[in-house]
Amino acid sequence: MFKDLFQKKKYATVPSVSQTPAAGERPKREIPEGLMNRCPKCGNIQFSKEWEKNLKVCSTCGHHSRLNALERIAMTLDDGRFFETDADLTSEDPLEFPGYKAKLEQQKANSGLKDAVVTGEGEIGGFPVVVGVMSFDFFSGSMGSVVGEKVTRAIELAAAKKLPLLIFSTSGGARMQEGILSLMQMAKTSAALAKFQEDGGLFISVFTDPTLGGVSASFASLGDYILAEPGAIVGFAGRIVIEQTIRQKLPDNFQTAEFNLKHGQLDKVVHRKDMKAFLTKLLDMHSVGGPADGK
Amino acid sequence: MENKLPFEGPLSEQRRKIDHLKKVGEEQKIDFSEEIARLEEAYKKLEDEIYSNLSGAQIMHLARVHSRPTTLDYINEIFEDFVELHGDRLYGDDLAIVGGIAKLNGVPVTVLGHQRGKDTKDNIQRFFGSPHPEGFRKALRFMQQANKFGRPIVTFIDTKGAYPGDSAEARGQSDAIARNLKEMAMLRVPVICVVVGEGGSGGALAIGVGNRVLMLENAIYSVISPNGAASILWKDASKADQAAEAMKITAKDLKSFGIIEEIIPEPKGGAHMDPSWQAEAVKTAIWRHLEDLSAMSPEALIEDRYRKFRSVGKFAAPELV
Repeated sequence: MFKDLFQKKKYATVPSVSQTPAAGERPKREIPEGLMNRCPKCGNIQFSKEWEKNLKVCSTCGHHSRLNALERIAMTLDDGRFFETDADLTSEDPLEFPGYKAKLEQQKANSGLKDAVVTGEGEIGGFPVVVGVMSFDFFSGSMGSVVGEKVTRAIELAAAKKLPLLIFSTSGGARMQEGILSLMQMAKTSAALAKFQEDGGLFISVFTDPTLGGVSASFASLGDYILAEPGAIVGFAGRIVIEQTIRQKLPDNFQTAEFNLKHGQLDKVVHRKDMKAFLTKLLDMHSVGGPADGK
Repeated sequence: MENKLPFEGPLSEQRRKIDHLKKVGEEQKIDFSEEIARLEEAYKKLEDEIYSNLSGAQIMHLARVHSRPTTLDYINEIFEDFVELHGDRLYGDDLAIVGGIAKLNGVPVTVLGHQRGKDTKDNIQRFFGSPHPEGFRKALRFMQQANKFGRPIVTFIDTKGAYPGDSAEARGQSDAIARNLKEMAMLRVPVICVVVGEGGSGGALAIGVGNRVLMLENAIYSVISPNGAASILWKDASKADQAAEAMKITAKDLKSFGIIEEIIPEPKGGAHMDPSWQAEAVKTAIWRHLEDLSAMSPEALIEDRYRKFRSVGKFAAPELV
């Protein structure tokens, strides 16, 4: 009798479309290739076209997806117009590091770039600027000889033309495969900035997700103004290394842009949709002649 | 002093044989002097063989020998009237960096460096020679003071790297390192840096932007610790030896890349075999470079340093037509 009572009723089963994800698990849904985009942070699904119109920021949680350097240039510079400099500099294999050459080729194919930074000139809000944009999709944005050289040349170009310098950084750090030559790019770029800034040059640095190690601990931290995109991870050592060292789990917000803002490490967290307007405002502040103008 | 590293095993074995023979000779009053002389000869030959063909990984192990002289050992041996100074005036006194003012052959200089601990307790308070931001800021304060008073600067590099900790991040580890790189580039006084042990990554470079960078024969200098590289590249930190070879981190390698100006020789077996001799060799080298640099104007010193670092890098660039 009771057995009958608890008997399961037989229903036809329909495959569930929206299952609530278990805690800590990301929702799994089938997404037609290219048409829809799922936010890697909250799992929200958006039409790709909407998402792209939204500058690849999730409409639900505000997660800023990583951008390729060319995408960033297109959405930041006036009319997407950009005159690239030093486009042909490419990495060599000075250490004859096992596997480096093959990996470089693979990274070029993946990202459509020749190395992890693109540099050049353009205008923002009508103000001419020298721009450097790093790309995480090329070798984790790591800095080897080419990145160091291109950034340095961009600084020198800004100095020669007396233009403001703007760099969007994203990097896992120095490129191990070029060993000590990579480390020295930190000193090289910083020395070039020292000269540029001593002569009154304006450098605006924007941290994007993630910026760590040798890039964070050199030119990217030397901006006259330092901005960051929301949620961007910015720091010197990586979370895992720190957790292993101090033998503690770190909070979720550790090393986020907001964490860094709170600890006095940057001036402002700027949403991607407001970035261009904010940069224009900063550039404008520096374009108006004050008492020292025309000296 | 006893040889302890694995590749020094054959030497220990040979030494043991010699000692044994001596002992037997003494106990039984037999004259083995000819035998012993022959063995000593073989020992020397073996020593030459081993130490003249060290691999990158073997040098890494030598650079990390615990009894290797530290920054304070060099400061005390090389300089006169050392006055240790403390603190960054912002947060604290990071003992992973030591420094102050002293005289070198009678000339006042600012001297500073990373300081490893001599024992576990010392190591804990010095964070194993890995500075927090306040350590780098302390170093910068000393250097700017030297700049003001026109004193040359000597730095000793010996660190596994900047300390990877949560409070270090919160207080701006990146900012501290980056600022040192920038400010060192503009110093108007001679800057001589000596890598005496391990030169690990940004934490080493943060006191390493010198007009002259010298390296001890068995010191290493690398973009990331070989252990760190191995765990990132091959997901296996135990492959540090392999990474040490691949990253080309020895003094010879760095000389060939044009990163350092001079290799300071070490006694056979390493600096710890004869710290006084080593300090003298370091002193001689520092003094020679200091004499060269002293003739230069502040502007020329800045330009000299700038050129040195500006020229580093290897890449392919299309020919300009």
